Amino acid sequence: MEKIIAGKSIAINEEGYLTDFKQWDKSIGEELAAEAEISLTPRHWEVLTYLQTEYKNEVPLSIRKIGKSGVVDIKEFYQLFPKAPLKTATKIAGIPKPASCI
Amino acid sequence: MSENKGEIKKMMIILSKGTLENVYAAFVLANGARMEGIEAEMFFTFFGLEAVHKKKLTHLHVATVGNPAMHIPTMLGGLPGVEALATTMMKKEMDKVDMPDVAEFLDILSASGVRMWACKLAMDMFHYKKEDLFEGVEDVITVGDFYKQSAGEGTHMLFI
Repeated sequence: MEKIIAGKSIAINEEGYLTDFKQWDKSIGEELAAEAEISLTPRHWEVLTYLQTEYKNEVPLSIRKIGKSGVVDIKEFYQLFPKAPLKTATKIAGIPKPASCI
Repeated sequence: MSENKGEIKKMMIILSKGTLENVYAAFVLANGARMEGIEAEMFFTFFGLEAVHKKKLTHLHVATVGNPAMHIPTMLGGLPGVEALATTMMKKEMDKVDMPDVAEFLDILSASGVRMWACKLAMDMFHYKKEDLFEGVEDVITVGDFYKQSAGEGTHMLFI
């Protein structure tokens, strides 16, 4: 499936997650964040960059891991990305939705 | 119902058991709800109170007696040490799948915005005080209070 995001045609899955991280750039992140009604601050970007690094290192993401990341604690993570933080943040970061239950 | 298309807005989870497998089931469900953007509240009653009792929550066990799915004959399950052994083995497996222990899980739930309540009747029965409980437990309330908390469209209730 293709969608025009920030003026570019981007491959996404049926849930709106990018299927090719190479197509991601900051303007895409900004637009996906706006869709989720989040305006990105430098703090958001720190978390998003952390998520992308973990993805590149093939580390499976979970709420527990994020709490232990030293980048953000769980409470702040929920404040930065209210409503389904892990799902929302990974979507904005252009990486797959984590399949974690914890 | 027609307005919100059956969407789940809030999960009210009642935990009445203090066996490790039941406690984890309740915790995973509450945490999973928050991860999906669903509100979650927990009501700890009867043996479920052990999951939030500061002195007891680190000593919860799996049930080896009367639990056919354990595949241990009931007679053996009752022998001294079997329950502790089974619990140690299960905790090892849980660690492998990145499952936090009970104390850490409570912190995660609290930080994730899960609201926690203790049942007044059970607290009185076991002679527990609010100070005995994990700090994340907001208050000791009656079942009527818990029903009031549950008001609103899209609320679902689970009894474990």
